[in-house]
Amino acid sequence: MDGTVDGTVDEALLRRLVPEVLTVLVRRGAGFAEAEDAAQEALLDAVRSWPRDPPRDPKAWLVTVSWRRLVDATRAEDARRRREERLQAEPPAGPVTSDDDTLQLYFLCAHPALSPSSAVALTLRAVGGLTTRQIAQAHLVPEATVAQRISRAKRTVAQAGPGGGGDVATVLRVLYLVFNEGYSGDVDLAAEAIRLTRRLAGVVDHPEVAGLLALQLLHHARRAARTDAGGALVPLAQQDRGRWDTTLVAEGVAVLQAALTRDRLGPFQAQAAIAALHADARRAEETDWGQIVEWYDELLRLEDSPVVRLNRAVAVGEADGGPAGLAALAGLDPSLPRYAAVSAHLHEKCGDTATAAGLYAEAARRATNAPERDHLVRQSARLNRSPGPGR
Amino acid sequence: MAKHLLLKHYRGAPAGVDDVPMDRWTPEEVTAHLRYMDEFADRLRATGEYVDGQALAPTGAWVRHDGEGRPPVTDGPFAETKDLVAGWMVIDVDSWDRAVELAGELSAAPGAGGRPLHEWLEVHPFLTAPPTVTE
Repeated sequence: MDGTVDGTVDEALLRRLVPEVLTVLVRRGAGFAEAEDAAQEALLDAVRSWPRDPPRDPKAWLVTVSWRRLVDATRAEDARRRREERLQAEPPAGPVTSDDDTLQLYFLCAHPALSPSSAVALTLRAVGGLTTRQIAQAHLVPEATVAQRISRAKRTVAQAGPGGGGDVATVLRVLYLVFNEGYSGDVDLAAEAIRLTRRLAGVVDHPEVAGLLALQLLHHARRAARTDAGGALVPLAQQDRGRWDTTLVAEGVAVLQAALTRDRLGPFQAQAAIAALHADARRAEETDWGQIVEWYDELLRLEDSPVVRLNRAVAVGEADGGPAGLAALAGLDPSLPRYAAVSAHLHEKCGDTATAAGLYAEAARRATNAPERDHLVRQSARLNRSPGPGR
Repeated sequence: MAKHLLLKHYRGAPAGVDDVPMDRWTPEEVTAHLRYMDEFADRLRATGEYVDGQALAPTGAWVRHDGEGRPPVTDGPFAETKDLVAGWMVIDVDSWDRAVELAGELSAAPGAGGRPLHEWLEVHPFLTAPPTVTE
């Protein structure tokens, strides 16, 4: 492994190494922001020099060069004496990152003082090793906006002082956000979130980390089936299950099962269990809705929220029929996101096509994303064209 | 992490508190108003919330297709009664509340006599990409 592939820099390797280099610098006492800048500069050096002069040990090379960059940067402000002291104190380069360091970096980037968008940007940059440009493209915002977001985030983390940071729960929230943003532009944020969660699972032994990883794998497995050739949304019941990625399903189920044997259930494991039950059904009609309702009950005990109750009502409707689903819906706030869509679906199951058509139209007006809105408009149009009980 | 459109109107918005037309302001007041808008955008760039901003000319026309092989039909200029969009700003913020807060600030741009305009601005969330997890 010399850091190059066919004469060009191995970018995947670089991206994996940059966070490790960063943790080394931070552990040596460098400020987070300065370490980040130095690591990015070393990265550029690597892109320039590795193709003609491949390093023997890419990581040691990056650590050495970043450290030198860091010292260069400090030189302008520091006295020569202090710089020399620093150089003397430099520990030898080598295999240096421990699991604890990596975990600490995750915690820093999910610092509770950060807004969700800042934590996401900082995590993608510092832990994920994405460039500012890639993060900007993924979120469809200008590069300068992301650069500012990241430098403010670094300042916030620095001001909060050392030793702080989030915990496993805040990190999982950030990774879930990244995953749920899906993908637009060149960068696949869902795949990125899986990569980061997988790495986290490698350095911390926590059933909910495994739960989130399983949840991501099981949902990602369905991705090809979620849209048709024209880009329209295909609901779960109508998806071509032959297009689900069986390798990802198998891995997701295995990760989940291992987590569940630990007997420390949490919301991500429960959600993954629901996704696994969908994955088990080879045809939509074979779905074990009774068990899915039981998992929603479990999820409610762990985390009672209106959104969970809404999703549970859908499952009850499938398990026990439309009227039972509508009964489960009673008492929920109709202004909830997707309430109208769920209500429309359940009314259609009850054979009340006219009400369902109106509710689908209302749901379309309230949809927050275009594919869902288009899908709901088509549902409403379908029912308006063919009065009488729908399918 | 949700994009919102802030929309500013030449006309068609509800009447503001201090509705003196811009051409009755002093040149200095116009300059102060434009500077406020620029500084507002700069502040959003610094907070990492700025996406785009554009101003529109008040001129223009309605246009529609008029059949194969025929030139498009235009109908204009805009009637005096039509809503007229003056410009927009796109912001990327963490919440609806933050979007409203920023629109409120933008609406306080100084007008005649240097007093805040209290101008009505439209705030619209963008439709997003669909979430990965839906059940």
